[in-house]
Amino acid sequence: MSAQAPDPFGGAPERLATTAPPVPDAVQPLVQVRDLVKHFPITRGIIFQRKIGAVRAVDGVSFDVRRGETLGIVGETGCGKSTTAKLIMRLQKPTSGQVRFEGQDITDLRGADMKAIRREMQMIFQDPYSSLNPRKTVGSIIGEPYAIHGLKREKGERKRAVQELMETVGLNPEHYNRYPHEFSGGQRQRIGVARALALRPKLLIADEPVSALDVSIQAQVLNLLRDMQRRFGLTLIFIAHDLSVVRHMCDRVAVMYLGKIVETGSGDDLYAFPRHPYTGALLSAVPVADPSHHGSERRLLSGDVPSPANPPKACRFHTRCPKAQELCSRQQPQLEDKGSGTLTACHFPLSREEVAAIGVRSAG
Amino acid sequence: MSVGAAELVPGAPGGLEFLESRAEVAARSPLQLFWRRFRQDRVAKVSLAVILLLIVIALAAPLVIKIFGLPGPNVENPNLTDQFGSPLGPSSAHPFGVDSLGQDVMSRTIYGGRVALEVGIIGTGIATVIGVLVGTLAGFYRGWVDTLLSRLIDVVLSIPILLLGLGIGAACAVRGCIKGAIQPGLGVIIFLISLATWPYTARIVRGLVLSLREREFVEASRGLGASDARIMLREILPNLAAPIIVYASLQIPTNILLEAGLSFLGVGIRPPTASWGNMIAQATPIFNTAWWWMVFPGIALLITVLAFNLLGDGLRDALNPRSAR
Repeated sequence: MSAQAPDPFGGAPERLATTAPPVPDAVQPLVQVRDLVKHFPITRGIIFQRKIGAVRAVDGVSFDVRRGETLGIVGETGCGKSTTAKLIMRLQKPTSGQVRFEGQDITDLRGADMKAIRREMQMIFQDPYSSLNPRKTVGSIIGEPYAIHGLKREKGERKRAVQELMETVGLNPEHYNRYPHEFSGGQRQRIGVARALALRPKLLIADEPVSALDVSIQAQVLNLLRDMQRRFGLTLIFIAHDLSVVRHMCDRVAVMYLGKIVETGSGDDLYAFPRHPYTGALLSAVPVADPSHHGSERRLLSGDVPSPANPPKACRFHTRCPKAQELCSRQQPQLEDKGSGTLTACHFPLSREEVAAIGVRSAG
Repeated sequence: MSVGAAELVPGAPGGLEFLESRAEVAARSPLQLFWRRFRQDRVAKVSLAVILLLIVIALAAPLVIKIFGLPGPNVENPNLTDQFGSPLGPSSAHPFGVDSLGQDVMSRTIYGGRVALEVGIIGTGIATVIGVLVGTLAGFYRGWVDTLLSRLIDVVLSIPILLLGLGIGAACAVRGCIKGAIQPGLGVIIFLISLATWPYTARIVRGLVLSLREREFVEASRGLGASDARIMLREILPNLAAPIIVYASLQIPTNILLEAGLSFLGVGIRPPTASWGNMIAQATPIFNTAWWWMVFPGIALLITVLAFNLLGDGLRDALNPRSAR
């Protein structure tokens, strides 16, 4: 398995698509997400539970991830970013919709088929303190993927592979027998990266991998991720709420709000000319590291994110949107090209003047 | 704190200097950390020594009574009672005196310890295994599995164990019930104790598993393709070890007392087999004349239960340093 390093644009697909017609590998996206929906039921009652509503964590999300690229998913806390990641990983089962991996629908896979797919995609978790089992040594944590998939069974082989991985991610291989509590946050996250890379996956999902770390450590872990991506030809889905981090990492960006994607496009286009008022507000809130910059009018959003159990009708942003008009509460805007390269779900997208006025610095 | 000494070594966190730093600091496993803390707890150490001594005495009971030159526990000797049938008190030949059948009390106390430890350890062991199994399944799968198992726990907890024991004792004492399949004795008492105590363990374990299963390392393991069984055994169970050990060590003395109680009531170990409970029960009517018959098994019971309780406290402190001392 490990010998076959994933070449982003070559190699025949091992599994041909079952639902979609076969597409040349270079064209077929690695991951296709279609109308993904996840509702968490809200129940009341202890023995006789009845459903009284649902939290619409993810509510109709579609996007592609191309081989070798980095897709950033940004949005406020609770907008469904992490749930989307877990749905792709099949850590949770979608309410409806589809996730296709290399053309194969993995939404209903079970047992051995699912286990095989799990080798191809791995996840790095947000909290390096909770994502490592405190009762296991680093060696057995990083070696766990081999144990689960019955790889590297020969004596000493697994230990060698694990120590190689530790070295790759910048850990001292001699710390093989240590326990997670003996490491700092940044080192723990490196352990998480090593574990995720052990099976040489094609897709790596990083769910806010640095938000729990000290600022001084964040850059190290981000650079490690980029190194690993280059080295192993990984496709990366990078989830964050920090737009500057995403800009540093990502080729393409999708902005989520209350379980829906409101804008998506290449990083350059999106940062230079955000069309959705929400994207504009997010970018306007990014601090500028320039003392002489006194900030044009920051467009700060007022109010809180509405409850995802009862989201606003039609455009979900209209309750907080400075440009909202009557149409916005009546008709759901679709994701479409507004003439600047990005896809935007908005009836009244921002103009260049407005973007300049709210202080989004395309150069910054 | 569990973070321990290694975390406080200067120059440890962050940076790239970790590559060479701290190489001299030996890695400490949780077991080593536990042992370091346990060694500092004098009460717990003494308790452990007492318990080990009791276990050795129980295992080597025939040898021990030979060393002290005592008769076997069931050897009756009418010469040791006076003309009114009252037993003789402590003497050099019989340090704890004899009972009304002329059996040596010290010898019977030693053999009674065997029963007490057997019941305490085996009964607790069975109850712990069942409790961990049920609690883990209920906490891990939640939903209807949890509902079913939790109701089962409630049902079992509502069984009046003492009354059930007394019933079995009364109905099955002479010829046994179900063609002799159930007869008062060691088997029944271990069964009763396991039945009575596993629900408590199950409840504790269920609660712990409910919170552990939400931790990200469980999700990480699932993302790697681990099966449910593997997650329960390899990810969750190791995190349960400390609380289970502590709870079991505190359950043993309770069960020893329960055995004594049931034997006192005539349900458990029946004469001529010696048990602290039935010795105390037999001694009750003539306590005024033969105090030694009741007091020595009573002291043995007290010491054993106390030692297990103090050991349990020590284990809890050493395994869970965050709890208040």
